[in-house]
Amino acid sequence: MAFVQNFPFFCIILTLFGGPLSSILSGKAAKYVNGGIISAVGAMNVAVLAFVLRTGESYTYMMGHFPAPWGNEIRIGVLEAVMAVVFCIIMLLSMLGGIREREQHIEDSKQNLYYIMVNLLLSSLIALIYTNDLFTAYVFVEINTISACGLIMIRQNGRTIVAGTRYMIMSLLGSGMLLLGISFLYGLTGQLLMSNIKESVEGIVAAGTYYRPLLVAIGLMSVGLAIKSALFPFHAWLPDAYGYSTVSSAAILSSLVSKGYIFLLVKIFYRVIGFDIIRNSRIIHVLFVFGILGMIMGSVDAIRQNSIRRMIAYSSVAQIGYIYMGFGLGTTVGVVASLYHVISHAATKSLLFVAGSGLTEVSDGSTRFLDLTGAGYRHKLAGIAFTVGSLAMVGIPIFSGFISKLLFAQAAVGHHYKTLPTLIALAISTILNTVYFMKTVIRLYTPEKAAVIREKNFCTIHAWQEPVKSAALICFIIVNVILGLRSETIILMIERGLQMFG
Amino acid sequence: MSRRLPEQEYEKTFSYKFKQWLSGEKDPYLGEVEMQPQEEGPDAVVIQKQRRKNRHRAQRKALDLGYNAEVRIFQKIYKVFSVIFCICLMIVLLTGVSGLPTFGKMENPVNNEVSSRYIESGLQETGAVNIVTGMILDYRAFDTLGESHVLFIATCTVLILLRVDKKKGIRELEENDRVFEPENDVILQTVAKVVVPPIAIFGIYVILCGHLGPGGGFSGGAIIGAGLILYLNAFGFEETEKFFRASTYKKMSFGALACYALAKSYSFFTGANHIHSIIPLGTPGAILSSGLILILNICVGIVVAGTMYTFYVMFRKGGY
Repeated sequence: MAFVQNFPFFCIILTLFGGPLSSILSGKAAKYVNGGIISAVGAMNVAVLAFVLRTGESYTYMMGHFPAPWGNEIRIGVLEAVMAVVFCIIMLLSMLGGIREREQHIEDSKQNLYYIMVNLLLSSLIALIYTNDLFTAYVFVEINTISACGLIMIRQNGRTIVAGTRYMIMSLLGSGMLLLGISFLYGLTGQLLMSNIKESVEGIVAAGTYYRPLLVAIGLMSVGLAIKSALFPFHAWLPDAYGYSTVSSAAILSSLVSKGYIFLLVKIFYRVIGFDIIRNSRIIHVLFVFGILGMIMGSVDAIRQNSIRRMIAYSSVAQIGYIYMGFGLGTTVGVVASLYHVISHAATKSLLFVAGSGLTEVSDGSTRFLDLTGAGYRHKLAGIAFTVGSLAMVGIPIFSGFISKLLFAQAAVGHHYKTLPTLIALAISTILNTVYFMKTVIRLYTPEKAAVIREKNFCTIHAWQEPVKSAALICFIIVNVILGLRSETIILMIERGLQMFG
Repeated sequence: MSRRLPEQEYEKTFSYKFKQWLSGEKDPYLGEVEMQPQEEGPDAVVIQKQRRKNRHRAQRKALDLGYNAEVRIFQKIYKVFSVIFCICLMIVLLTGVSGLPTFGKMENPVNNEVSSRYIESGLQETGAVNIVTGMILDYRAFDTLGESHVLFIATCTVLILLRVDKKKGIRELEENDRVFEPENDVILQTVAKVVVPPIAIFGIYVILCGHLGPGGGFSGGAIIGAGLILYLNAFGFEETEKFFRASTYKKMSFGALACYALAKSYSFFTGANHIHSIIPLGTPGAILSSGLILILNICVGIVVAGTMYTFYVMFRKGGY
């Protein structure tokens, strides 16, 4: 066995170890340790990705001395490695982009607690990506939920406590449904290992005796994960949680936490149940309908907001709707489009949150649109970054959002009866996106009167005054442009990864 | 073409409303309610009192269903829908459960090669007489590693939520705390003196013999944690803080979790790379047997005991 093959296991253990380690360190030391861990994990995952691409096939890694159905196991393929690399990059940039806000929003003695949460969140994400065992996935879903809750509540004002409580209730409902679904599946198949469950499920479907409980299990798991990733009717917790927490938390929550659950759902579709069975069950139509509703209602809600943070948060609802719509199409092309959108939305949404925090900083901490007039001139780099993010969200060529919309449209055209609703929803949602994002960009570049600036205590920040944040913003822009221009490579990797899944 | 509308007429047009929406200054009452300039009122203190009173009244009235038709209707619809939703969910779940294989039958899919190997060769392979311990700490140790971190991170989240930072705040809270409880309860203290040492010893026994009989880190840790809480209630924070502070908890849980992670990393690494592990399994039934399980049980026990105690302290006082 090549040494590189151990790296996913090292990543999980290193990040798990980083959590308790941060608890005995000071806030500052914990910050550097955390940065180091994320970079190291990212580098290791790049090596794993290169290895898997070279060998061209996935491999399983035994966690302990006992082979798979008895012991635990992780499985490494192209898609897993791509996701892990993307998650590490986005997490590192989000952490860099919010350093100053974290110091302001979090009490000094609780600084290191923040890094415990981030380390364990990363470990749970990586374990969710790599695991080949449904129960291990559930254990790390628990870690993910609790640490996300901590990330919301660590900035203590009344709003975040309410948001955290709501998040906890909704998210635990989702966890409970997931656990019920897993228990149903275990009762039906007697297995927890994904590939073994798939074999048994095929037998069940062929025999037809236990088809109804199987359908209930699929439904419970899909709905549970949909609640946790804020699909449309279950999104009530989202705007407060993203809108009032500190900026790194908002960026990480919107771009990584919900995406981790979506990736788990893809794994369940492909590796646990089998995509053909999912396609023949009617659950996929439910996901499709709610995805489309989410695309439109999320955008309508975003238009009605008068705070930039909440607008970006509601835009997430719409984008999650896109992803579920792609699953709902029930074709591999649709899932590829959804997975590409997972990556592109992760890169864009975190960019928008970090840029938005830069813009509110020069507007005396206000997130209201009225106070943001001309903020693009007061913080030039954040203004440019926000514009890039908006263009990507709207779907302008050379940015990442264009490719994902193109892929969705292509996937829709191939489908025999969902073509029209998908294309209409895409068009409406794009127009609504344009309305609220372009309105914000126009406001950012409308000059404000000098008297008002003086009166409202607005300041000007140059890019070199905040080197870390500027570097993070520039990297975000570069990532977005790369995703927009070099998309073939990533799409190819996603397709190969999905083939390895099946 | 340029033409000037009078101000009042302009405010009624769509373009004015659009402009207002664009700049985010939309006033919901504009055009709905007649605005009148406020009259000069009496002096400031009276106004403030009046305002506070009005605000409370407004809040009461807003929540009073007799005054708020919207809330009343919403609540009725909400109740009806939640009942319908719950009934639907119950039907779905019950049909699902009724379709499952009958519980306890021999030919159920749960009775397959996985559980039979745990039962038949668990003793030889893990060295643990207690099969459950062998399963959670050897066969599926990765899950338990995650589970002990769940406990740790739950404590950290409670710390985030409830820890009071300023020294003064803690003292005030402690004084308030003492108002409701007698400071030196002789009966409690006497009983605690007798009961706490056996509880601690029993907890340690349950942890150490986890691989030999019923017990293990989770249950033993809970027993020790309960003993600590009893001691705290009898003797107060001054006594317990002599040996157990926040920093003690952090160091203990770090040590335990790091030890767990290191020990298990070794066995994961050797297992995956098919290297022979040097850890002996020992004689089944002896206290020093079954490889790493004893150490892992101790680690889990430390984390669980600390977690229970910290939860209690945080909810009661918010710092220690």
